[in-house]
Amino acid sequence: MSAVASETKTRQLPYVVAITEGVREVLKEQANAFVAGEDVAGAGSVYGYYRGLLDEFGADRIYDTPISEKGIIGLGVGAAAAGLRPVLDIMFMDFIGECMDEIANQMAKMRFMFGGSATLPITVLTMAGAGANLAAQHSQSLEAWLAHLPGLKVVMPATPYDAKGLIIAAARDDNPVFVVLNKMSLAMMGDVPEGPYEVPIGKANVVRTGKNYTIVTLGRMLGQALDAAKQLAELGIDAEVIDARSVQPFDTEAVIKSVEKTHRAMVVHEAVRFGGFGAEIAAQIQEHAFDYLDAPVARVGAPFSPVPFSPALEKVYVPNAERIVVVAREQLGI
Amino acid sequence: MSNLDIHHTTLLGPDGHPLAPLPAEFANHETIRDLYRHMVLARTFDAKAVALHGSGRLGTYASLLGQEAVGVGIGHVMRPEDVLVPSFREHAAQLRRGVRPEELYLYWGGDERGSAFAGPTQDFPVSATVGGHAPHAAGVALAFKLRGEARVAVCVFGDGATSKGDVYEAMNVAGLWQLPVVFIVTNNQWALSTPRREQTAATTLAQKAVAAGFEGEQVDGNDVIAVAKVVGEALAHARSGNGPRLIECLTYRLADHTTVDDAARYRDESEVTPWWEKDPIARVRLYLSATAGWSDQQEKALLDECGTLIERAAEAYLATPPQGPEAMFDHLYGKLPADLAAQRDEVVAATKNRADG
Ligand SMILES: Cc1ncc(C[n+]2csc(CCOP(=O)(O)OP(=O)(O)O)c2C)c(N)n1
Ligand SMILES: [Mg+2]
Repeated sequence: MSAVASETKTRQLPYVVAITEGVREVLKEQANAFVAGEDVAGAGSVYGYYRGLLDEFGADRIYDTPISEKGIIGLGVGAAAAGLRPVLDIMFMDFIGECMDEIANQMAKMRFMFGGSATLPITVLTMAGAGANLAAQHSQSLEAWLAHLPGLKVVMPATPYDAKGLIIAAARDDNPVFVVLNKMSLAMMGDVPEGPYEVPIGKANVVRTGKNYTIVTLGRMLGQALDAAKQLAELGIDAEVIDARSVQPFDTEAVIKSVEKTHRAMVVHEAVRFGGFGAEIAAQIQEHAFDYLDAPVARVGAPFSPVPFSPALEKVYVPNAERIVVVAREQLGI
Repeated sequence: MSNLDIHHTTLLGPDGHPLAPLPAEFANHETIRDLYRHMVLARTFDAKAVALHGSGRLGTYASLLGQEAVGVGIGHVMRPEDVLVPSFREHAAQLRRGVRPEELYLYWGGDERGSAFAGPTQDFPVSATVGGHAPHAAGVALAFKLRGEARVAVCVFGDGATSKGDVYEAMNVAGLWQLPVVFIVTNNQWALSTPRREQTAATTLAQKAVAAGFEGEQVDGNDVIAVAKVVGEALAHARSGNGPRLIECLTYRLADHTTVDDAARYRDESEVTPWWEKDPIARVRLYLSATAGWSDQQEKALLDECGTLIERAAEAYLATPPQGPEAMFDHLYGKLPADLAAQRDEVVAATKNRADG
C-alpha cells in the first residue's frame, strides 16, 4: 500500500528504534489502539523499544500488565472483539508457551467459530532469537508453531525498514498478526523513512538477485545468507537471496519464480531444522517446481537440541554464513 | 477492601533489639551465629557473582542483595530430605541447602552441569520462567504423600509470580488434596520494573492462600529468625499431613533486576535507601554484639572465611573445562535416538574442522 512519498526523509536507524517508530505511528493513527505487556510502559520494555511512548501517549494507551501471559493474550482477544485494536507484547517468544491456548484455541479460531461475526485486529510483538547467552527458555525461534495455526498471520522483520513497516501493516490488518522480532538484530542499522508506511504482509523480498542458486531466509538469517552469497560468488555461485518476510501467509510464488530460474535452492532459518518452517518451504518447492530442480532442496537450521546456555556451544548452535556455505558446497558438490 | 486476618511476624527489629522473646530454639547464640554466617556467605557469593559478570566471566545474573534472610531462614529449617523448588533468585536457600557455590557459578556461567547438584540431589534447579515451577512443587508433594513419606516440598517464587495462573493452580490443587507443600513468596516489592502495587489490588499476597483453602501469613523477610520460625511451623504443619501454607516474606530487592538491568530507569533511589536501614545482616550483627559480645575480630574472621571460601569456589568454577559441542545432545534423552547420534557426530566434526581450519 501507501508507497513512501518521494519527499519523505529517510534516516539510518537501529532496528530497536524502528520498532518504536512503528508502534508510535500505530498509536498516532489508530485512536483505539493500545499497548499492553509486561514492563512495557514504565521501563519501555526490557529492550527499550517502547521508550518514550508512555510520556507521549499517556497511561490510557500503554499498560504494564501483571506477569500473566495468558491473561495478556486473552485480554487482547476480548478487547479486540469489543472494538479495540490491541498491540500486545510477549517479552520473549519462549513465553508463547505460557499462553498457547489463548493463541491457538481462542485468538486463531474466534472469527471462524463466531461465524465471521468477530473481528480480531490484534498485533503481538515478541522477541525471538539465540546468541545472547540467555539459555534454553529465553532464546527460541518458534515461528513454526504459529505458522501452523490457521487464522494467524506471522511476520519476521529482518531489517529496521521491515520492522517499522511490518508493525504498521500488522496493526492495520483486521486479523491477529504476530511480529516475530529478533534480539540479535536490535542494534542493526538500516534506512528507515519518516512517517507511516507499510511493508505488505505475505510478500517476500528479493534482496539480492542471482542467476543460479536460491537462498530463502527467515528473519535474522537474511544477513548471514547475504554474507554467504558473497563467499559463494567466489566459487562461481550467483545466489539470489529471498527474505520471506512473512511465513503466514507465505509467498510461494516468489520462491518458485526464483527456483525456475536458478534450479537449486536452500532454505535457512534459525529455528531447529527438524520440523522447522524450512520443511514447508522445501515441500512447496518440490510440489511446484520439481521439474526445474537440479538438486534436492538443502536446509540449514539449528541442531535438534534446546538452545545451549554456554556461549561457546551457542555459537556452534546458531546457523551462520559459514554453515550456509558448507551445506551449499555439499549440496552442489563443489 | 479486605479485612482478612493476615498474621504478621517480626521478632528481631532493624536495630537488633528483639521485639518479642525469641523462641527457645533461637535463644542460643550458636544458632544465631550459624544463621548470620550463612547470610554473610550468601552476600559474599552474590557480590562475587556480580563481579564475575562485570569482568565477562559469568552470564546474566540475578542478585539477591537484601534478601539473604529469606533463603537462609528457609534453608535452616528444611530437612535434608525435603525438596526445594526455587525461583532464579534463591541462591541463599540453595547454598544453605548444601548446593556448592561453584555449582551455582557454573550454572550462571552457562553450563547446565551446575544444576546436577552433588549435595541436595533432588532439589530442583532454578526456574527461569516465572512461576512455571509452582505446579512442580505440588507434584513433588503428591509423590511424598502417595509414598507416605514425611517430607515436604518448598516452593519459592516472587511477588510478580503470584499474578500467574500456574501459581494459583498449584496452590488450588495443593489445598484441595492437602499436599505437603509450603509456598513462599519472596515479596521484594519489585518484579523487574513493575512495583508490587501494580501487580495486584490484593492487600497482601498472603491472602491469596485463602481462596485456595489454606492459611497464609506474612513475615518480616529481613528478619532471619522470624522467617525460620514461621517457615519451620509451616513445614511441621505440612509434614504432619495438615496440608499447605503460604508465607509472604516482606523484603526488598536492593539490586537491579539482573546484571543487565538498570533499575535507575524506573525506580527512585530515595525508595531504596530506607531499606538499607532494614538490612537483614546488620540487625543480626547488632544483636550478636549486644548479647554475645560479637567482636570486630570475630567479624573480620568471618568475612575472611567467607571470602576465601567464595574465592576458591570461583577458582574451581573458572578452572572447570568447558563442555564439548556434544553436550548439546548429551542430556536430551535417556538414550540418544540413532538419528540424533548422527547429528551429534556432525556437530562435533564441524566444530573440529573449524578449530583445525
Ligand atoms: C513466564 C515469564 N514471564 C516473564 C518473564 C520475564 N521476567 C523475568 S523475571 C521477571 C520479574 C519477576 O518478578 P518476581 O516474581 O517478583 O521475582 P523477582 O525478580 O523479584 O525475584 C519477569 C517479568 C519470565 N522470565 N517468565
Ligand atoms: Mg519480586
